[in-house]
Amino acid sequence: MKLGELFQNGKFVITVEAGPPKGVDVKQMLEDVELLRDRVDAFNVTDQQSSVMKLGSLAVSHLLKERGVEPIYQLTCRDRNRIALQSDLLSAYVLGIENVLCLTGDYVTLGDHPSAKPVFDLHSVTLLLTLSRLQKGYDLAGQELKGKPEFYVGAVVNPGANPLESQIIKMEKKIEAGAQFFQTQAVYEPEKFAAFMKRVEGFGVPVMVGIIPLKSAGMARFMNRNVAGVHVPDHLIAEMKETKDRAKTSVEIAGRLIREMKGLCQGVHIMALGWERYVPAVLDAAGL
Amino acid sequence: MEGRFERIFDGGGLVSRVVYGTVFLVEKWTKEVLFGCHNCGQCLLSYTGYTCTMRCPKGLRNGPCGGTSAAGKCEVYPDRWCVWYLIYTRCKRLHRLDTLRMMHPGVDWSLVGTPSWVNLLTGRDKVAEPFGLGKETR
Repeated sequence: MKLGELFQNGKFVITVEAGPPKGVDVKQMLEDVELLRDRVDAFNVTDQQSSVMKLGSLAVSHLLKERGVEPIYQLTCRDRNRIALQSDLLSAYVLGIENVLCLTGDYVTLGDHPSAKPVFDLHSVTLLLTLSRLQKGYDLAGQELKGKPEFYVGAVVNPGANPLESQIIKMEKKIEAGAQFFQTQAVYEPEKFAAFMKRVEGFGVPVMVGIIPLKSAGMARFMNRNVAGVHVPDHLIAEMKETKDRAKTSVEIAGRLIREMKGLCQGVHIMALGWERYVPAVLDAAGL
Repeated sequence: MEGRFERIFDGGGLVSRVVYGTVFLVEKWTKEVLFGCHNCGQCLLSYTGYTCTMRCPKGLRNGPCGGTSAAGKCEVYPDRWCVWYLIYTRCKRLHRLDTLRMMHPGVDWSLVGTPSWVNLLTGRDKVAEPFGLGKETR
C-alpha cells in the first residue's frame, strides 16, 4: 500500500534508512533491506548523508523499487542547482519512485569533501515549492511540462531545535509549500517530544518520530556535544555505560522510547547507522 | 511607474550611469557597514530583523536549519552566531515575529551583485517578493 494511504488508514508507519554504499558494491545494503522488508513500510534512501560522497539515492531508490520495496527518495540541495533538482525529480518519477523527502542537506565542510563547492541554490522550503510547481505541470521558470509528476512529499523537523518557535514556523512553511508528512531528528526525551507534538498536532500532517539506537555511551556523549538539537539524557548514557551487552541494552532503550512515544505520533523512523540487524529486535521490543 | 525608473537607471546615458552608480555605492557601503550585507540584490532585511540571510553558510532564506546549537551558534562555524538565531531574537525584540512567516522564493542569481534599491524600484526583483502563509503558492 502507498505511504499516504497507510497514514490515512491510521496505521503506525515504520520506516528505516537504507544508506547507499561508498562504491558500487550494493550487496550488503540489499541484504539489510531484505532482512527488514517485511517489518517496515518504506526505506529512506539517503542522499550523500552527512555530505559524505556515496552511491546516489536515485539509483538506489530505483534498485529498491525493482525489488518491490517502497523507497523514500531523499533529495538534498547541497550538490545540485535548481535545474538538476527539477530534472532529478522528473527522473525519479519516470523510474516509478513515489515518495520524496526534501531536505536542504548538511554543509559540505562537515563531510569528506570539504573543498567542494556548496551549491544551496534552493533549500528545503524552496525545493518543496518547486516540487509543488512540477506537480501542477510547470517548472520553476513557468514553462509547461509534458506530463506532470506526482509524489507523496515529506520533509524534516527538529523537535529539539533552539529556539523551537522558529523551527515550528519553518515547519508550517514546509506544509504550506507542499510537505505531506514529517520525519524528525532523533529524539531521546519523550516529555519534550510530547510538548512538541502538542504544538504541531493542529497542523494535521503525520509526524514520524526519529529514533537512533545508541551504540555506546561514547556515541551518546558525542551526539550531545556535536549534534544540534539532540540531547541524550544522563540516565540513558548511564544505562549504556553500565551494561555488559550493549546491543541488548540499545535495543531495550530504543524499544522503550518508541513505546513511550508511539501514542503521540503517526509513525517511527529508525536510523540504525549500520546496526540494521538489530532493527527487528527494536520493533519487537516496541511491540510493533 | 516601472518604466520611469527604468528610464532613470537604464537610460544608458552618462546621467543614468552616474545615478545608478551612486545608488549602488550608497546602498552597498551603508548596508555592508550596518548589516554585513552580501549584495544579493533582492534585499530581505526588512523581514529579518535587519539581519542579512546571506551570511548563513547555506544562505537559508526561510528559516533555520536544524543545526543551531543550544547556545545559538552556527553548526558550520561554531564561533559565529547562527544567523537565524539572530533573526529570531531580533524579530522577537522588535515584535516582528510575524515577518518570519513570509515565504521567500529562491535567490535570483542574475541579480546578485546589483543594487536591490534599483531592482525594487524597477520591479526587477519581483521574483524575490515574499508572500504570506495562506496565499496560494506560486
